[in-house]
Amino acid sequence: MKKRFLTSMALTGAAAFALTACSSDGGDAGSSGDASGDGGSSGDTIVVGFAQTGSESGWRSANTESMKTAFSEENGFELIFNAADNDTAAQIEAVRGFISQGVDAIVIAPIVEDGWDDVLQEAADADIPVILEDRTVSASDDLYAAWIGLDFEQEGVKAGEWAAEMYGGEETKMVVLEGTTGSAPANDRATGFDAAIEGTMIEKIDSQTGDFTRDGGKSVMEGFIQNYGVDNIDLVYAHNDDMALGAIEAIKAAGAVPGEDIKIISIDAVHDGMQALVDGEINYIVECNPLLGDLVAAAVSAVVNGEEVEAVQYVEDLAFDQAAAEAALPDRKY
Amino acid sequence: MTAVYKHRLFWPIVSLITLIAINAIARPQFIKITMRDGELYGPLISILRESAPLMLVALGMTIVIATRGIDLSVGATMAVSGAVALTIIDGSGDPGNLGTVLTACVVALLVSLVLGAWNGFLVSVVGIQPIIATLVLMLAGRGVALLITGGFITTVNSEPFAFIASGYLVALPFAFLIGVVAIVVMSLVERRTALGVLTEAVGINPEASRLAGVRSRSIIWGAYMVSGVLAGVAGLIYASNIRAADANAAGVFIELYAILAVVLGGTSLNGGKFSIAGTVVGVLIIQTLESSILFLGVSSAQSPVFFGFVVALVVVVQSPRMREGLAALSGRMRSRGPGARNDDKVEVA
Repeated sequence: MKKRFLTSMALTGAAAFALTACSSDGGDAGSSGDASGDGGSSGDTIVVGFAQTGSESGWRSANTESMKTAFSEENGFELIFNAADNDTAAQIEAVRGFISQGVDAIVIAPIVEDGWDDVLQEAADADIPVILEDRTVSASDDLYAAWIGLDFEQEGVKAGEWAAEMYGGEETKMVVLEGTTGSAPANDRATGFDAAIEGTMIEKIDSQTGDFTRDGGKSVMEGFIQNYGVDNIDLVYAHNDDMALGAIEAIKAAGAVPGEDIKIISIDAVHDGMQALVDGEINYIVECNPLLGDLVAAAVSAVVNGEEVEAVQYVEDLAFDQAAAEAALPDRKY
Repeated sequence: MTAVYKHRLFWPIVSLITLIAINAIARPQFIKITMRDGELYGPLISILRESAPLMLVALGMTIVIATRGIDLSVGATMAVSGAVALTIIDGSGDPGNLGTVLTACVVALLVSLVLGAWNGFLVSVVGIQPIIATLVLMLAGRGVALLITGGFITTVNSEPFAFIASGYLVALPFAFLIGVVAIVVMSLVERRTALGVLTEAVGINPEASRLAGVRSRSIIWGAYMVSGVLAGVAGLIYASNIRAADANAAGVFIELYAILAVVLGGTSLNGGKFSIAGTVVGVLIIQTLESSILFLGVSSAQSPVFFGFVVALVVVVQSPRMREGLAALSGRMRSRGPGARNDDKVEVA
């Protein structure tokens, strides 16, 4: 559902990008491949191509920002950034562009899991290390050096453990607002949560997809309320903040108080969600940390310098209750 | 009785009533309507309220399809409209001010009008095929909306703006009333003046109607402008409902649902004859079906299949051949009587 139709724009963008990149960087891109050998004038600047998915959400914007900061010139990097607007073909083309420019390393946040074998093989043939960020690929894992991302299942477990501790002792009727059907975060966050609340008195009475959007969260929650009655729902577990924010609107419209009459647990910790937590309308948020930049940058440096890196690296996710959110909100970057 | 049976809205309405009946049998509270603080609540009222954006978009789509066109850009126009309005409200110092909200809405609708006029220009003046002409904006529009909001979801706390989707007037949801006003205005303009007939003439044969003195270019151009503005209003309702401009999610796939509603209502994609009442019933069928998925507890993974199956069923039941078959069957059953006849041509939907 998230798939958007920006194909032509993305293609034009990618083509234009490839052209300009070739014409302006063609000269030193050729040398940068063996720059470390000649010890050229640029010192040990590492040229990194980053193929981002697009700019589909607040989370993604924060992720891009974090990567740009980590791969700054002060840190010894030259970042070539490409956002593919969620178009897989354009993203693969962008990676090919990086290979032909002879960058030192490539970072990819793959839009989809499949279809990466060929282009990753091309990168391997060109001796350019690839590091995956956020999402992963189905291709053989010796085609990339490392994957740095988030453990969605662990996020579900964290949310579930808190729910079990707070509400597990009494009869609690829970409804779930799922993410986009079939997506990894939706599947894993459901699995983790269900495992954590097993054996408690929390009963999942219904679960429907809200497609990770506010509108979806609101209309599904309205349906739940009409179906079961506002008094017969005690807890909402939303797979992201946007759906939780939609559910808050639905609960208010039904004349109940979100966070009191119906408790809400959510995942993401974007700014609007944290604000709702501070206001007491959401009860608990598990973070889905988009600030992967520093870890990725460290891994890239290590790989380029020929050091071993851990193949799978999870970023630590925090969790917030109301007090923690109040303390954290002023310093949040996203 | 035969007249009722043969009416072109007979099967759409039967489908709608059947859907409601199934829901009511499965869970009786589906048809319960309660009064709270002078405002009506209940699943049926929710369907009316939530159908407003699709209703507006589908009304515009009806007129465009009647001219033998199609408007794929309505979802993107919704996204742009919401983005423009919320950016203005968010940027002003006083989001709660009624004047600010009205200004924002008017500007958003003007932008939508311009987008509609652009489509109409490409189709009627430049002569590009409608599906391609509107595809341009469908692809680019969401990008424009993202540019306006800077890639973020713009959130506002504005009571007057929230009223558009959540407010009540004379016990009914305000969003529903917007839809009703649109239906009434469209019906009056299209059916009480010659415009409706002229639109159908253009749709049936643009060249012939031009030679007959119909200004087909202005009529086609106007249809896309109407569609643009109605999509703009739908975008405002969508944004107001979630109090945020979500450029990525606003109106995704709504063009397809609108086309479906128009077709369910008996308007042919080949242009010409159109039915506003049919579109209204089509929209209500789709919205009721969406609520049914929640109400009957169809699981998320199966809901697209369920949706597709029911739509296929409704379309098949409405198809002329199926109706002829049914008519023949009922005719044969009554053929013992002297007045029975089954050779009437069934009107092609």
